[in-house]
Amino acid sequence: MEKNAAMTLLSVENLRVAVEGEEILKGINLSIGTGEVHAIMGPNGSGKSTLSHVLAGRDGYQVTEGRVLYKGEDLLAMEPEERAQAGLFLAFQYPVEIPGVPTVSFLKHAMNSVRKAKGLNTLDAFEFKKIMDARLADLQIDNSMVRRPLNAGFSGGEKKRMEILQMALLEPELTILDETDSGLDIDALKVVADGVNAMRSPDRTTLVITHYQRLLNHIVPDRVHVLAGGRIVRSGDPSLALELEESGYGDMVTAA
Amino acid sequence: MAGEPTGLLHAGGTASLPGAGNTWIDSLREAGARRFTGLGLPTRKVEDWKYTDLRALSGSAWDLPVEPADLANIEDDASAVLINGCWMRGHRPLPDGVELVSLARAIEDGDDVVRHHLGSVASLARKHFVALNTAWLADGLVLKVADGVTIDGPLRITLAGAPGAQRLAWHPRNLIVLGREASLTLVMHHVGTGDYLANLVEEVVLERGARLRHYRVQDDSPDAVNVSTTEVKVAGDATYENFVLATGAGVGRNQIAVELAEPGASVRLDGACLGRHRQQLDTTTVIDHAAPRCTSREAYRYILDDSAKGIFQGRVTVRKHAGGTDSHQSSKTLLLSGKAGIDAKPELEIYADDVSCGHGATVGEIDQDALFYMRSRGIPLEEARDLLIAAFIEGAVETITSPEVQALIRDHALAWRTRA
Repeated sequence: MEKNAAMTLLSVENLRVAVEGEEILKGINLSIGTGEVHAIMGPNGSGKSTLSHVLAGRDGYQVTEGRVLYKGEDLLAMEPEERAQAGLFLAFQYPVEIPGVPTVSFLKHAMNSVRKAKGLNTLDAFEFKKIMDARLADLQIDNSMVRRPLNAGFSGGEKKRMEILQMALLEPELTILDETDSGLDIDALKVVADGVNAMRSPDRTTLVITHYQRLLNHIVPDRVHVLAGGRIVRSGDPSLALELEESGYGDMVTAA
Repeated sequence: MAGEPTGLLHAGGTASLPGAGNTWIDSLREAGARRFTGLGLPTRKVEDWKYTDLRALSGSAWDLPVEPADLANIEDDASAVLINGCWMRGHRPLPDGVELVSLARAIEDGDDVVRHHLGSVASLARKHFVALNTAWLADGLVLKVADGVTIDGPLRITLAGAPGAQRLAWHPRNLIVLGREASLTLVMHHVGTGDYLANLVEEVVLERGARLRHYRVQDDSPDAVNVSTTEVKVAGDATYENFVLATGAGVGRNQIAVELAEPGASVRLDGACLGRHRQQLDTTTVIDHAAPRCTSREAYRYILDDSAKGIFQGRVTVRKHAGGTDSHQSSKTLLLSGKAGIDAKPELEIYADDVSCGHGATVGEIDQDALFYMRSRGIPLEEARDLLIAAFIEGAVETITSPEVQALIRDHALAWRTRA
């Protein structure tokens, strides 16, 4: 099952992170090759969200040791927008509601910012709408959603669909799904999974962070890692996820 | 209590002012002068002026422009242009049923409506700047809309300030009267350069069933002091809507007093104050629910950068017999700098039962979660901030019920972000 041929896209090396002086990540090592799908599973409080936030560049985390290389470059030295422009996308566990910012204009700003950074031409309103409408149709998302202010008053399922729509528009090279499955019914879960699977290709890489195994029935990973107590305590093939489903995290948390 | 009367009441007298010699106007001016002599300029010891610092007005001598400044070449096709408080010109034709003339002329002509209403809506009680304005009452405009006439396309009026040899103070008075079931949309644009005091007083009379949408863009000179007082009397089933966008003046005070005089009258007061540097932007409103079943809505937003200061004072009085009152007031402030600040003081005085009254005030900074969310989608920090500021502005602008004026004020407000 090991894909030795894959180029390393993301390399997390002995990453230690503290929040307000308390160490949350205690030396994470993780290497993800281009085109691979990895899953990080773990119980609440294991550090899953801290890892995704640090990778995306959120404030409030102190990296005390280690480094993260993305395409061979120092990811942690980059601003959040630079990371996005370099092809990193974090699907938020809790997408932010921004009343007053129309979804369409936000999406256009985001897409054009990424295109500009890649040296592509920016899209005018008409060109953008054509692409957006196509993606909405692919994902079977209702058009009315993008006419509302960004995430404002959206249901949990709508917010996650909006994340997947953004992913489809920005076409990232590395997508991190942060508990995207939490609080979703089975229909919304399928929209998310189909969206991710549709984008699966040899040059797209996905890191699925989740508490539960069920999303991994739909997005089948190449590798599964178990995060507990701020460390990756086990790695293995997809059967590890099934094992966890049966026996729970208990043993591994103790081991951490 | 009284501050220095200062050079604002100066020699020269009122003998050359329009209508001088007619008892009714002479005695009105005398009452104003007496009142202002007693009151002087407000200091911060005066309750209503606790938060706004008027020291910019003290010290130097003031000139009073009685003749229009030589600025006839100002590019403007507004329906009326006032320069330094004096009527410069009107633009014709006006819609049928609308009358718009200079106050000076209306006073000279002994216009009945002017004699009847002038000084009747804006009271002198405790109102320093109304008293001062009344003492020098000379020019401004009179706007009348006949019964049943509806004018939707906004009527535009420019009030421009231009520098003189000394600091200038001017005191225009506008009288606006809408007849029964009349409807008007009005946009007033304040602009200017130099160091001046613009002390505008407006008296608005809305007869039964009338509707006035009254919009103001206050973009005065950064060195100017603008005190605009709007006093409104709203008859039964009539509606008064006011929106002020304040971006200009070193000290800008927008004071509005509305009397909901008869059952079914309604008012909505909204606005956005966008301040930076050391600007003080003050909104002081008084809504008097003097009759049953009246409605008032009030929502102001402030964006304050650098050391700018916002002031919001909103008093709502519900009188004993004003049952069925429905009133709500809010102020929301976005602080862009640690040195900026707002004083928000809602005041509800309720003497009636069976009323629904609410108020709320929020103060916050740019939402860091929203900022990170946008940046994580590749949007650069400055652009993300800008989008959030625009969103906050939109929350104010969306209250404007005239689509045409909404677009105009939105453009003006959004342009503020990139001005120095």
